[in-house]
Amino acid sequence: MADAPKPLDLDRLRTRLKERILGALPDGRLDYCLTCGLCVSGCPASGLEGMDPRRLLRLLVFGQDDDVLATDWIYACTMCQRCKYACPMGIDVGRIVYELRGMRPRDRRPRNLQRSCDLQKASNSTGIPDEDFVWVVGDVLEEVRRNEPEWADLQAPIDKHGAEYFLNQNAKEPTVEPEEMVHLWKILHAAGVDWTYASRWWDGANYCLFPGDPADWELTVRRQAEMVDSLGVRYYINTE
Amino acid sequence: MFYATLEGLRRFRIPHKFELVSIITLYARWIREGRLRVDPSWNTEGLRFTVQDPCKLVRQGLGDEVAEDLRFVVRAVAGEANFVEPWPNRSNNYCCGGGGGALQAGFVENRRRYGRLKFEQLAATGADVVITPCHNCHSQILDLCAHYGGSWQTTHLWNWIVRALVREAAA
Ligand code: SF4
Ligand code: SF4
Repeated sequence: MADAPKPLDLDRLRTRLKERILGALPDGRLDYCLTCGLCVSGCPASGLEGMDPRRLLRLLVFGQDDDVLATDWIYACTMCQRCKYACPMGIDVGRIVYELRGMRPRDRRPRNLQRSCDLQKASNSTGIPDEDFVWVVGDVLEEVRRNEPEWADLQAPIDKHGAEYFLNQNAKEPTVEPEEMVHLWKILHAAGVDWTYASRWWDGANYCLFPGDPADWELTVRRQAEMVDSLGVRYYINTE
Repeated sequence: MFYATLEGLRRFRIPHKFELVSIITLYARWIREGRLRVDPSWNTEGLRFTVQDPCKLVRQGLGDEVAEDLRFVVRAVAGEANFVEPWPNRSNNYCCGGGGGALQAGFVENRRRYGRLKFEQLAATGADVVITPCHNCHSQILDLCAHYGGSWQTTHLWNWIVRALVREAAA
């Protein structure tokens, strides 16, 4: 055996990454790409970081795994899925990018992106304490009732069991522009809607979709679903 | 964000008893039912409005139907003649460039280069107001407008609904 010729190192042609992606995405259809370029022409991330959706697919198909794993283009692609909408073969590069993002070790992901998700896993994406949310809502409501007599009967209920609608609240408003919440309250009030916020898992921003870890994404959605069901409401209103 | 919840419930088969709805669908339904009354006559200067169709709500979420609802509400609030359609639009719209966590990820130059297309698309409408129903789109389009020197106002939809609101006279 000592004299046997050394086998060619075909590592770079073994397309491990492609197999891994197809394992996670059985209908990923990477091999069906016609290289027609429709995705490229419709993708605003084309050319950033010297990459575009078609090129990313070619690198995957040809097993250039190191290049694919190294490119920061996965953060230039916004996972908007316009490529899938345009592609004659229905190839979803955004979904592939999601898988690739999840393959980055946590400490090599954009810090603030991972942080928004980590904060949301604890409560909400800006990290304000739940008590502060409850307090801000109450305080802003008081102020409107005091300063705008025609809205003296405005409501902003929290944890109202059996309300018809649960309203989520992007954490940005109570944190940095609380007066923006008031518009929504006024609309719901004028329409005579029976609604409630929750004092836990009230932020619907859900940034855990973006760093690429399905377990984190699942956790935040599951917690919200449990909380909304525990309020016994019929509809979950998402505002964005 | 609508898609993260919708797709999360589906992909992870999370049991739930509620129905997930978009506020845009509800605005449109309530206006159609006469439950929410709006009057565009406040728009005496003929401010022209256009919309950003958020990827997560339209293309990836509820499709063109919710894009139609968005237009219906804007027309009802701003006046029939004061709506300008962007191009491309609805499910074929471009992402604002702030999506996918781009606003958090910190590659600012890439994000703005991506958004250049969005800036040009919106500038071409000549609108005075760009309605951004999604928080991400809102922050990104605000930034693009300032960075590339646009002259429109970037706002949520709720501000204008309140502006146009007609309330029953107090009993
Ligand atoms: S549009 Fe689809 S088939 Fe055409 S190059 Fe892109 S991924 Fe390949
Ligand atoms: S998902 Fe990514 S590759 Fe596809 S069009 Fe959007 S930015 Fe481009």
